[in-house]
Amino acid sequence: MIITQQKNIEEIYDMVKQYSKILVAGCDGCCQPPRSINEAKVLAQMLELKARSEGKELKWKAITVLRQCDDRIAATTVRPFIEQYDAIVSLSCGLGIVMMNRIFDNILTFPAQNSMFGGAENNAENTFAEYCETCGECLLGVTGGVCPMAGCAKNLSNGPCGGTVTGKCEVGGYTHECAWVKIYERLKKFNRLDLFTKYRPPRNYRNWSSPRFIEINKSYTNEEEPKKEEK
Amino acid sequence: MAKRPAYSNLVKTMRESKFLFTGELEPKKMVDLSSILHSAEEMKKTGKITAANVTDGPQGDAYTCSMVPCHLVQEKVGLETIWQMTVRDRNRIALFGDILGGSILGLRNLLALTGDHSALGDNKNARPVYDLDSTQLIDLVSKMVDDGTDLEGNEIEGGKIEMNVGCAANPNSNPREPEILKVGRKVEVGADFIQTQTSFDIDDAKEFLKELEKFNVPVLLGLFPIKNYGIAWYFNENIPGVSVPKDLLAALKTAKKQYKEDKKKRNEAIDKINIDFFEPFIKEIQKTTKAAGIHCMAVHYERLFEPLLKNF
Repeated sequence: MIITQQKNIEEIYDMVKQYSKILVAGCDGCCQPPRSINEAKVLAQMLELKARSEGKELKWKAITVLRQCDDRIAATTVRPFIEQYDAIVSLSCGLGIVMMNRIFDNILTFPAQNSMFGGAENNAENTFAEYCETCGECLLGVTGGVCPMAGCAKNLSNGPCGGTVTGKCEVGGYTHECAWVKIYERLKKFNRLDLFTKYRPPRNYRNWSSPRFIEINKSYTNEEEPKKEEK
Repeated sequence: MAKRPAYSNLVKTMRESKFLFTGELEPKKMVDLSSILHSAEEMKKTGKITAANVTDGPQGDAYTCSMVPCHLVQEKVGLETIWQMTVRDRNRIALFGDILGGSILGLRNLLALTGDHSALGDNKNARPVYDLDSTQLIDLVSKMVDDGTDLEGNEIEGGKIEMNVGCAANPNSNPREPEILKVGRKVEVGADFIQTQTSFDIDDAKEFLKELEKFNVPVLLGLFPIKNYGIAWYFNENIPGVSVPKDLLAALKTAKKQYKEDKKKRNEAIDKINIDFFEPFIKEIQKTTKAAGIHCMAVHYERLFEPLLKNF
């Protein structure tokens, strides 16, 4: 899921204060904490109050979209409303904001949130935690299931570094666990320190360089297809 | 791997099994390097310091680069340097380019480090790089030295560079095993020597040195003579995993109180405390371990070198 944090109301209002009719769109996709119809309504009311305090009138409608990052879903859900509004405020993650701006290119969609990271919900520790950085070159098979990209502040492939003290990381004041000590403990537990000892060469950062696209297959065949030439 | 030639005087001396000393210079946010050159001259004068490390943005702070001071110390003072290079601020392209540049300037020792995270430094919002880690930096230097190429195998015009590369190791590490395994990795990809972090515990240090023996690479044990009580206090409070022994801390505190007004006497007392602590420490290391020497991190405390090292 994409972990988000709502922006300060001042910042959101500043983006839309020149408009008199706004559409506030929640997202029912993977965005966490949930930003659905009720959150959209509350945000709209707060913006209305803010406008009133400045002697302005703000008309709004709050809706929610199953997934703003899916072009077909977003287009069919939002299209009926856009003619009547000057701007859209979206409560989705950045993916939804960009997609909405792409689909509806005659109206600006503004972000009400900061997208923080792709995260997991760890109820035992009461956190949303970044366990994967979507780096495109998964090492979890050789690290005992602990990600050294997301878990290590220095993204080390051959850790730990000298900044670890009794299994805690120098970044964050020795409160977060050192991913590489954790990797060591996991591999030792399964008698697989051979994986720890092995040198991992420099990574291929082309897999982690924006913008990234993956072609969605439209069809499959067992016939030989001509290969695309790389320039 | 087979030992590569000793390109630096440091590695030559290590391989002659002479017990040696290295010092440390720390360029800060400065354009005038006269204090660095002065420290280097004082080290050179003792005749006991084989080479001096030049730090690369310690604690993640934005400081004068290490390459230029290395060059000037070698050129103007005639003291060999150990060029510290972290992977925090440069990607593999910049690291490669700088190493080529340093090699042209005659730098023959490189200490490959990860580097304290930028979030700890004085430009906390900086984007840390870490394209390579310190082991991969050793791999890069090895390729430049042994094969005359970059990491992709692209050849360097004019062939191989001449440089020896070292790595760090932490005697205060806990747990210890991953640290030892990591050092093993670094030796495997080509580290010629090891310099350790500071140690105040003789038993710990000896045990750690014993564990490093299996790699058959010269090791310089890091020691940190303490210039004043404030530094000792800061060390104890802010550097987790390392603690200044209570007796040493108390002695420094007493010296501070006793000679509050008399700087000269205070300095003499502090120097004596350091000599009383570190001279037997060094003798014990020299006598009972296979360490190649001591890396003495007496930054801005060059006056101690002469009295501390006179019996070595």
